[in-house]
Amino acid sequence: MTDTEPYAIELKGISKAFGPVQANKDISLHVRKGAIHGIVGENGAGKSTLMSILYGFYKADAGEIIINGQPTLIPDSQAAIRAGIGMVHQHFKLVENFTVVENVILGAEDGAMLQPSITKARRVLKELSDEYELHVDPDSVVEEISVGHQQRVEILKQLYRHADILILDEPTGVLTPAEADHLFRILNGLRDQGKTIILITHKLREIMEITDTVSVMRRGEMTATVQTADTSPEQLAELMVGRKVLLRVDKAPANPGEVVLDVTDLQVRDDQKVERLKGISLQIRAGEILGIAGVAGNGQSELLEVLGGMIPAAGGTISINGERIDLTGTASDGQSRRARGIAHVPEDRQKEGLIMPFMAWENMGFGYHHDPEYQKNRLFMDNAALKQDTADKMERFDVRPPNPMLEAKNFSGGNQQKIVVAREIERNPDLLLIGQPTRGVDIGAIEFIHKQIIALRDQGKAILLVSVELEEILSLSDRIAVMFDGKIMGERLPADTNEGELGLLMAGVTKGAA
Amino acid sequence: MDKMPKWADIALIPFINLVLALVVSGLVVLYIGESPWEAMSVMVRGSIGSAYGWGYTLYYATNFIFTGLAVAVAFHARMFNIGGEGQAAIGGLGVAIVCLSVPWPHWTIALLAATAGAAAFGAAWAAIPAYLQAKRGSHIVITTIMFNFIASALLVYLLVNVFRVPGSMAPETARFADPTHLPNAYDMAPWLGFSRSTPLNVSFLVALAACVGVWLLIWRTRLGYEIRAYGHSQTAAVYAGINPLRIIMISMLISGGLSGLLAINSVMGEAERLVIDPVQGAGFVGIAVALMGRSHPVGVFLAALLFGMLYQGGAELEFEMPSVSREMLLVIQALVIMFTGALDNMVRMPVERIFLRLRKGG
Repeated sequence: MTDTEPYAIELKGISKAFGPVQANKDISLHVRKGAIHGIVGENGAGKSTLMSILYGFYKADAGEIIINGQPTLIPDSQAAIRAGIGMVHQHFKLVENFTVVENVILGAEDGAMLQPSITKARRVLKELSDEYELHVDPDSVVEEISVGHQQRVEILKQLYRHADILILDEPTGVLTPAEADHLFRILNGLRDQGKTIILITHKLREIMEITDTVSVMRRGEMTATVQTADTSPEQLAELMVGRKVLLRVDKAPANPGEVVLDVTDLQVRDDQKVERLKGISLQIRAGEILGIAGVAGNGQSELLEVLGGMIPAAGGTISINGERIDLTGTASDGQSRRARGIAHVPEDRQKEGLIMPFMAWENMGFGYHHDPEYQKNRLFMDNAALKQDTADKMERFDVRPPNPMLEAKNFSGGNQQKIVVAREIERNPDLLLIGQPTRGVDIGAIEFIHKQIIALRDQGKAILLVSVELEEILSLSDRIAVMFDGKIMGERLPADTNEGELGLLMAGVTKGAA
Repeated sequence: MDKMPKWADIALIPFINLVLALVVSGLVVLYIGESPWEAMSVMVRGSIGSAYGWGYTLYYATNFIFTGLAVAVAFHARMFNIGGEGQAAIGGLGVAIVCLSVPWPHWTIALLAATAGAAAFGAAWAAIPAYLQAKRGSHIVITTIMFNFIASALLVYLLVNVFRVPGSMAPETARFADPTHLPNAYDMAPWLGFSRSTPLNVSFLVALAACVGVWLLIWRTRLGYEIRAYGHSQTAAVYAGINPLRIIMISMLISGGLSGLLAINSVMGEAERLVIDPVQGAGFVGIAVALMGRSHPVGVFLAALLFGMLYQGGAELEFEMPSVSREMLLVIQALVIMFTGALDNMVRMPVERIFLRLRKGG
């Protein structure tokens, strides 16, 4: 490449504020043509805002966008598409009951009649599929193909619109390790054809594996841009957080005691009578963490929900400390589980764990609002006691700002999660169910939450950990069970396994069968 | 960060909505060749310019407080109860049965019993749609509005075939016995200058008590906490072990009961008999009142007062300006309901943007 060739993307002095929050501060970025450029940063560092400006969702307050040497105005996503920019969102924007080819032409039809577009798209898709190893059947219905394939449809959609610059937002969050590897092969192929790719992720391993250059964002600023070959995960983490970070979790070997949770042949069916749990059996002892690995959607959520009393079981038994839990009828709900010493940090804090318009103190009593210590008398709640209790817990868990009167929606993701974790752990439960403990949580808070989980284990409590982050499972768990299609595929000890073996189990491949 | 300060949400936006409604109403008045200022001053004078006007304004406001609170309580559980009309009518049936079936010795006891009867009948009428929603998922908006028609038809049938006084042509019950007559504002406080026939009666105090009761229920009790939690997030409520069925049923029963209470004002306090349409649209006005009052009892009280003025002032306007017809008044009232209730977001979004810009500038 010569010095005179313009950059594919050049951003100069981009600033964007939302009210008092400066989301992007004077950001400059240069991305070479035909490069894979990573952008890392904690939640709220401004990555998404920057990409939204580039894709025309937001208008920058100041700054300039230069695409292939041409200063370009991008007031909306149509303009972004005309400029050759395509975006693959974290949450796919596909019409589930349309076929692949219908999704691809949606919004890019050639005229009022569909058939010519479909014929043309089918031919183009075949060429693209062959060229980039994107094996997708144009006529399969989107809801019937795997998540990995759906993602390829999103990429095809962008290529069909002649995108030369592809932005991928957290693309591997929903993929198995094998699917992620395939995605990386596709991205390498695209790069070799001269496409420019921007990869937004918080997984440092992926940055190291696939990118050519990487930029780090912190608090709305671009703190560094380096050649990937010249850096290390530790250095990137430090740049992201602004201090040295412990990437490994420090913990002593487990000291398991009596069996706390005993589950046998547990079955769950959803509203459509589809089996989501197909006979799960597992045990957790006091003082140990059982990690459940698996690709999202293979029954982990249902396992947490049925144990937490949110959904009914279709069969099987659950015992706590040797006593059976009544799974029948209306007695089986969240209240009954809490009464038996089960605390539950749900997977989705915004939809389940917290009431976003409630203030912190109202959330701190959520689920425990029947507790006698929060009642003034038979009729009224003791709001003052709950507020005081909240202030104490917020201080112990370093929730910032430590203001019980602030509404939950006004806390950052990490601090919201700390509120939920504080509420559940401070109840001193016998069993803690914890789902995606650090999803959307900044690195500093991840460290803190991990320490709290280990500390609870060391007090001799049983912990069931569900996470789609394999790294988290590997570093926290004392035992690992892998779920696939509503069943447990196998159990491993963290010391005796690796991401490759777990990845195979997550995809439903067992050694015996292979 | 919130998009704008609380005072703007509570006070500024309803105020702008109201001004817009009045401006458009003014244009309508202008169109028929009358002076908007003149019309406006007639309405204000007619509604709050005299003890006579106040008597009617507060009488209407009492109705709207009950139905407004009813809608507000259901709103907190994210339930859109638009069956206030029917629940209040059936509440009237409860009042009539209570008042006619027992020779009450004194109005205080009769009021207690009628309150219970009105609330029980109103709640029972809301219970069926609530059950269908909770158990079968039948949408509460559809079922409650259909139950308004059923209530109206049922009332016609009962008044014609069961309760009609033999020999009378009017489809209404017999007049309630004297001891059940509620004291009106003149009886209670003659020095305030109300006339003997003022419709404002002791039910107004019951309405005020209901405001306090609803406030305590929603913000001070466990049940209110559960209702609000369920209203904000049903999945979170299930996570916390709050039974959705129970919340739907209880909040709708309370809502229906509050609607039913309207009858102690209009049936027992004013008409002193059950007539064929005891509610006169107050059930629907309650929706606008709750929306404008942000589902808060204080807001509901103020909005009810405003709509009371609108009703009474409108009646005066019709009387003093012959060119302003009954239909014209309906248009004006509809405009206020539309601007304060349905078109809320039209004003809200620009105001939010202005506040965001102000904050950034400052």
